[in-house]
Amino acid sequence: MAELMSLKQAVSELIRDGDTVAMEGFTHLIPSAAGYEVVRQRKTDLTLIRMTPDLIYDQLIGMGCARKLIFSWGGNPGVGSLYRLRDAVENGWPRALEIEEHSHAGMANAYAAGASNIPFAVLRGYRGTDLPKYNASIKFIDCPFTGEKLAAVPAIRPEVAVIHAQKADRRGNVLMWGIVGVQKEAVLAAQRSIVTVEEIVDDLAAPPNAVVLPTWAINAVCEVPRGAHPSYAHGYYGRDNSFYRDWDAISRTREGFLAWMNRHVLGTRDFAEFQQSALA
Amino acid sequence: MAKADYSADEMMTIAAARLLRDRQVCFVGIGLPSAAANLARLTHAPNIALIYESGTIGTRPDILPLSIGDGILAETADALVSVPEMFRYWLQGGRIDIGFLGAAQVDKYGNINTTVIGDYRKPKVRLPGAGGAPEIATAARDILIIIRHSPRAFVEKVDFITSVGLLDATTDRRALGIHGNGPAAIVTDLGILKPDPKTRELVLASIHPGVAVEQVRDATGWPLRVIEGLPVTEPPRSDELGVLRDLNERSKRANEKAVA
Repeated sequence: MAELMSLKQAVSELIRDGDTVAMEGFTHLIPSAAGYEVVRQRKTDLTLIRMTPDLIYDQLIGMGCARKLIFSWGGNPGVGSLYRLRDAVENGWPRALEIEEHSHAGMANAYAAGASNIPFAVLRGYRGTDLPKYNASIKFIDCPFTGEKLAAVPAIRPEVAVIHAQKADRRGNVLMWGIVGVQKEAVLAAQRSIVTVEEIVDDLAAPPNAVVLPTWAINAVCEVPRGAHPSYAHGYYGRDNSFYRDWDAISRTREGFLAWMNRHVLGTRDFAEFQQSALA
Repeated sequence: MAKADYSADEMMTIAAARLLRDRQVCFVGIGLPSAAANLARLTHAPNIALIYESGTIGTRPDILPLSIGDGILAETADALVSVPEMFRYWLQGGRIDIGFLGAAQVDKYGNINTTVIGDYRKPKVRLPGAGGAPEIATAARDILIIIRHSPRAFVEKVDFITSVGLLDATTDRRALGIHGNGPAAIVTDLGILKPDPKTRELVLASIHPGVAVEQVRDATGWPLRVIEGLPVTEPPRSDELGVLRDLNERSKRANEKAVA
């Protein structure tokens, strides 16, 4: 059964230094508030998994929380580069970052394999690309029935998955809708999970076939309104495109980035204070 | 010659849109491909099914999305599926006619690099990476690429093959078990390149009005061959330009608006 708790408590109890952590959300429902809380608690040596690192991992990497990144597309969508990710890969700042690089199809299949409790995923993928030359976890196997050569990638089995959703009820059942990405797979592939939600309600009123994660498949549910900003929560608020553009300037230099993070993230106690500080 | 009343980018987007057909199923990359695909949908191909990798199928955005998963793509889609389902059932399942991609670098054989400039382990420039493109490039029946022409973008050999094109002069993609045909055309702001059916090398197959062949050669990092009787691309028609400019104007206004 999921426990309803503060985000601070959830991050403190469920994420440990050195953990492998997947914070998912494909453009939509990115768990940004949870990312800030991980920075605030100075978690370190994390292996971060995420298909699209986005601003959330740019921040964690720039603050030195990660030792390794597993990903498939690392840009600022519609804007350009993730400068902190690039600085870590190109110059090892603030620390060396090991990278394991995939395609979206590879990672999506690897999450599904993790949720399915099998050791690897198989796909018609990575054909003709140079990715397998630099990523030892992409292999090719022969189909035992047809002999066709297929790509195999190990299942993603994070210690912790962190996602954001629209609603939970008071028992901790979670409902999400819109672009649902790989969040369900990430939670079911992980040993522990944290879900931040826009609101906690008496009744989810979920239509049949809605994407609902039952309370017993989750560890912690935390009410964090607007916790996906600057991404969006369908039905609640839109994507803050101007913040994605602003991030380009904030993150371009180490000094500018650190000043912003120190002031707005380390200098605030929680996401509500962060919003007053950074977005007012 | 009189100055054209349209820009090179407009010519590029319109030329690319014309290559799409009504009722095709098109898997669309963000940015330049998305603009051209939506222009096609708003002009001659109203029944084209546009698919974005975020899980939106048959989407009809009124404005161009800034990201691959903007809310408008979800709101206007015929169907909305998870990302694993998108890549497994719809792309790998063989249901895509056209994969429409952008690129940072493209080489003589239409191979695409969006990963690194320089050495992978000590990159000069670290680019965003693969995203959905490697499997789009192999699973879709045909590939269209749209990219602005420059010597940095058009190189003899890419530093890193992120998404495979026609490989090289000697290797057939079918030998690698690839089912799709690969790049059918590369549309730029100067012209349209197509693979020579014999050598697989990209050659200039159409030149945009007002552009000189030398200009295209100067912007290409290998000795570019030109097909015999090189045609000039039909200039943008006023209806195409009108729809494209309206679309761009609406998109600019909407994407500048702060969060609701």
